[in-house]
Amino acid sequence: MKKIWAWGALLFGLLYFALPLIGMTNFSLKMRRGEYSFDAYAKVLADTRFQETFTYSVTMALVTIVFGILLVVPTAYWVRLRMPTLRPFIEFITLLPLVIPAIVIVFGYIRLYNTSSWLPLTGSIMGTNILLMFGYATLSLPYMYRAVDTGLQSIDVRTLTEAAQSLGASWGRILFRIILPNVLISVLSGAFLTFAIVIGEFTMAALLNRPAFGPYMQLLGANRAYEPAALAVIAFGITWGCLGLIQLVSRFQKTTQRPA
Amino acid sequence: MANESPVVGKQAGIADRLPLQWLGVAPFLIFATLFLLLPTMKIVIGAFQTPDGGFTLQNIADLFTPSILSAYWISIKISFASALLGCLIGFAIAAAVVLGGLPSGIRAPLLTFSGVASNFAGVPLAFAFLATLGPVGFVTVFLRTQIGIDLRSLGFNILSFWGLTITYLFFQIPLMILIITPAIDGLKREWKEAASILGATNVQYWRLVAFPILLPSLLGTMALLFANAFGAVATAIALTGSSLNIVPILLFAQIRGDVLGNPNLGYALAFGMIFVTGIANALYIWLRARSERWLK
Repeated sequence: MKKIWAWGALLFGLLYFALPLIGMTNFSLKMRRGEYSFDAYAKVLADTRFQETFTYSVTMALVTIVFGILLVVPTAYWVRLRMPTLRPFIEFITLLPLVIPAIVIVFGYIRLYNTSSWLPLTGSIMGTNILLMFGYATLSLPYMYRAVDTGLQSIDVRTLTEAAQSLGASWGRILFRIILPNVLISVLSGAFLTFAIVIGEFTMAALLNRPAFGPYMQLLGANRAYEPAALAVIAFGITWGCLGLIQLVSRFQKTTQRPA
Repeated sequence: MANESPVVGKQAGIADRLPLQWLGVAPFLIFATLFLLLPTMKIVIGAFQTPDGGFTLQNIADLFTPSILSAYWISIKISFASALLGCLIGFAIAAAVVLGGLPSGIRAPLLTFSGVASNFAGVPLAFAFLATLGPVGFVTVFLRTQIGIDLRSLGFNILSFWGLTITYLFFQIPLMILIITPAIDGLKREWKEAASILGATNVQYWRLVAFPILLPSLLGTMALLFANAFGAVATAIALTGSSLNIVPILLFAQIRGDVLGNPNLGYALAFGMIFVTGIANALYIWLRARSERWLK
């Protein structure tokens, strides 16, 4: 009796999650009348707007990841090493982007950094790109900080630092030659998640008028029938790939580091 | 942890130790202030300002016009419905896998998939559902041609309250599974044994022991799911264009083209969003703290 219930719940879940995925894949293959083909994919991949926006978003994702690592790793390290009392406070700040909707944050950016403000970031294309990068870094902050902090927990930060210092290492050397390699796996899982978030992000890029992948998908969705489904399959594949890589590296982690 | 180790302590020097320590977190604090706290404060303060900077409650009062109020109401209803259903279905699936005696090999793939699906929001999700339940979608066409059920004549439309709710469930259910599975794991076997030794039936065990222990987790996660749906913009816009009058879409249109004719009313609209998600999240944190008492 209990088993029937359990199987029922599971089957319902499987059906609910499988149908949209099947639906979208099926639809993306039906561009040619009466037979299945990859026409929609060919059309999407050959579109210069796709190539441009996708390249833009990938670049933004990589820049955001580098910035996020430079911002989060030293902070999390320093807080663990020297200012443990500050930890709850920092953690609270990093969770705020989950509370404040992205649309509100970007609204604040537009009002705060417009052309007539003290820091006119939206006045130039480069400035807007930088602002968008900061926005993405903010959105990924909860995930990045969590990942790095968990990684730091599993190594002995204090002993490593003291050993390095007594051998004469500078702070930069300690951070990038000793701490970072030790938490690299955690940093990577934060990075993949950041990548997945940035690639599909719509709100910030659309409101800052940047040619990113998310707004392009939305635009195509409003005007075409089959291509959007192909894009959705591609986007799902990217998310799946990123999350799969996280699984892979975190499995790798268990064998290289001592358990927390 | 509070004591400085000799080596680290000497490096910083005794006199300037306090201020120098803060240098380490300064970049982060500056970043958070400039790109998270200040923008939010700008919105909150702006909600209480007239266009020339004076203090006013008029913007907040203006939120209580019928069209804006109805946008909030629809948003809250969709968020609530998708949170409630997400909670129930997600709990059923998680309980089925943890307690239902299903093969243990199902658990890991399910959690992995939940990780992916809870991140599969936004524009592509809308496309997936249009291709499935839209007017020429996979399921719609199948039901009409094979079984003879016309969803449209039954009043179902993907660009509606229920359409949006069903779509949101695609990321709500997995999020619920991810968060609630550890809580269900935390139910100790001894409690069940103790209950059955005292003569409790299975139903009594659930009603009097397991459910009260899980209740804070359930309610807390529901608050989180609510906030999650309330802030979702991309899915709604890609799915409905601007045909459905919900708060995120209204705010999006306002930022794009100042449709309300008053920027400070836009601030008030955004402030209302923070207010609602803030309450939901505070509820989540409070209930989570309560549930951790038992589920350690």
